[in-house]
This record gives sequence, C-alpha cells and structure tokens, in this order.
Amino acid sequence: MKITFTLNDRPVTADVAPSTLVSDLLRDTLDLTGTHVGCETSQCGACVIHLNGSSVKSCTLLAASLEGQEVRTVEGLAKGPNELHPMQVAFRENHGLQCGFCTPGMLMASIDLVSKNPDPTEEEVREWLEGNMCRCTGYQNIVKSVIAGAQAMRNAS
Amino acid sequence: MKAFSFEKPSSIEAAVAALGAEETLPLAGGMTLIPTLKQRLADCAAVVDLSGIAEMSGISLEGDMLVIGAMTRHAEVAGSDVVMKAIPALAKLAARIGDQQVRHRGTIGGSVANNDPAADYPSAVLALGADIVTSKRTISADAFFLGMFETALEPGEIIVSFRFRVPEKAGYAKFASPASRYALAGVFIAKRGDVVRAVVTGAGPCVFRAADIEDALMKDFAPHALDRISIDSTDFMSDIHADKQYRAHLAVVMAKRAVKAALEEGGS
Repeated sequence: MKITFTLNDRPVTADVAPSTLVSDLLRDTLDLTGTHVGCETSQCGACVIHLNGSSVKSCTLLAASLEGQEVRTVEGLAKGPNELHPMQVAFRENHGLQCGFCTPGMLMASIDLVSKNPDPTEEEVREWLEGNMCRCTGYQNIVKSVIAGAQAMRNAS
Repeated sequence: MKAFSFEKPSSIEAAVAALGAEETLPLAGGMTLIPTLKQRLADCAAVVDLSGIAEMSGISLEGDMLVIGAMTRHAEVAGSDVVMKAIPALAKLAARIGDQQVRHRGTIGGSVANNDPAADYPSAVLALGADIVTSKRTISADAFFLGMFETALEPGEIIVSFRFRVPEKAGYAKFASPASRYALAGVFIAKRGDVVRAVVTGAGPCVFRAADIEDALMKDFAPHALDRISIDSTDFMSDIHADKQYRAHLAVVMAKRAVKAALEEGGS
C-alpha cells in the first residue's frame, strides 16, 4: 500500500506492506538508521521517534498508521551539520552517552518532555525516561544532560 | 509478522462491517496487539485500525457520569482536568500504565478488551461498576470480565465508550514489576454511600472483587480495618516474579494503600 506522510518537515511517499513496522520503514527503506532497534519488544526505547510531536516507540507502530501524520526522527533535530539541537549539545557536554546506542531514543523522549514541561525536575525526568534503557551510563549523566538541555531550550525560545 | 491487509475506517458501522470478515482483528493503540503479532502468538488476515473513528475518542462529564471514549489514550486520561476532578484515582492509574511512550499510544478500550490479568484499567472498570458501551449493546462491568484474556465481547463487537458513575471516594495502588510496569498486584477501591467495591488485578487469572476486603471496609473505611484480613491464594498466579502467597500478601498491602489514597484524594 502507498502511504504519504511528513518526515522531518518533508513530504514522503512510500510503498509498504501493511505489516511493515515504522522502525523498519525508516531504517531499511528510507535509510534513516539513526533510529535504533534494541529489543524490538517495546521496552528499551532506542527506537523512539515523534509522531505528531509525541514520543512513541517506532518498533511498535505500523507504517500503515502514518498516512497523513507528522514524523520526526533524530536526523530531523539538528538544523545543519554544525548546528546541533540544544538537547544534543547538552548530551555531548554532560557526557550523557557512552556507547551511544540508546541516545537517539533518549534525545527524542527528552525533547518531547521539555516541549510539554519546559522546566522538569530530576524526578520528572527520571519518570519520563522510564521506558528508555541505557546499559552504560547509570543514567546519572543522562538526567544531568536533560536538565541542562531543558535550560538551553528555554534560553533558545 | 505474517502479512495482513490494513483498513482504517472512519465510522463504527464501517469498522464493524470490516470486522465481520474472517480472521480480522481490531487495532486500538497496538501496545499489546503489535508485539503479539510480532512474536507470532497471533496472526490474522486483516487489521482494522480504529484510530480514525472520531466519536470513539474523548472525555466528557455528563451529570455524575464520566464518559471516556474507548480510543482515548492513557496519556489523555492521565492529563485530563475533567478526569482529575471527577475521579482522580482513574487519572493517577492511567499515569502509571507502562511508560510514557506506551501511554501516548495505548487506549482504555484496548486495555479493557484485552483483559490482561495484570492490566490496570480492568480493576477500575469493575470497582467503579462502569457501563461498557459497545457497537451493539451496553454491558455492565459485573458481566464483562469472564476469565484470563476473556470478556463478554462477541466476535466483531467493539467497545465504543465507558460510562463511570463518579464515586464518593476512590483509590488505586499497585506494586509494579520494575521491568514491565504491569501490576504484580494492584487494588482499586471505590466507595459510594455504604457500598465499597475492592477489585484485585495482577494476582489472579482475571480481575476479581475481594469480598473480605469489601466487608471489612464497609464496616470501617480505613487502612487499619484490613490489618487482620488475608486473601485465599489458591487460584493466584505463581511465576518468576512472585509466588501466589506473596501476591496474596501484596494484594492486602495494596488495598490498604488504595484506601489511604482514597481518603487523601476524596474523589468527588
């Protein structure tokens, strides 16, 4: 079936089997491999993208459901090669990643949080990231990054 | 996943017509159905996505009746001022289902229709004595939950909305598995006049009313009224996370916390 949706501010049309998952569509068909697939059982959060501005797990979403919707992936965050999103800068400056596998999901979830709650507390950050697993950092620096990123996003707006 | 065809109707009538075909499954939020299809625990020839039906979504207060559309997502219930004012325990329950990304997709109708033994919503629906409005009739909560993953819904019948009569007081407490956030044991308690309903989820194969807890709370609506209560664990589940005796103990502890929450929150 043919689907048309907005991906990172651009219209996209794709021909997909109805059983295709959004994570597979992004990675295999559209070559956007920034969205990672960790567990494929909707637990780890590495595949989080924005669907109409809200964070969702793309491994548990049918591509067929995207018709007419707006999607943003980690590739759609930076304005240019040398102009990272403030949340990306915060993760880099606060050592919010080690191996980096969970980072795309962490970024997408965190930016969604800050868009709804511009000044989250540490507890709110931890609660919001409950569905995002990191096996390297122990989360300490991720939480620090999100709080710094939230402040940078407030300053930028 | 095995191949299937996909349809997204925009009316209840069209959805029911599409679901009349062989091996066709309704898709609500997909938080259970899609993982189940992926693991090939289920397969189907066609999926009918219910998210395009506007009248199946939304929250409103009609007199003392809180009406929630079946396709309303957990995050909407959790963030709704109307729910928070009418039945705060229900908003707080929704805020603790799964994780934030799951709450952005999962729906109340999907959760109740699936009737997972450890799901949160069925306990609230049964404790609040809600009416379940379907595509063909209205079913009372008392007649809806039949057993593990089993409900009174007939093939092709879909839930349209839930009608919750606002209680005097209500509270919910669960002990969540840290990995899945499903309830190892959860208890929803609702009080209206002299009547108290206490429903346990996560412990047995299906949500059930705990008569001993209800009797004790009808005499004295306070946590200490449950100090000497124990629940028969014969039919409870034992698994890697908790054995049946532990679940039975947890259920009483959660019941006490739910009463405490109900007393603190009011609920009317």
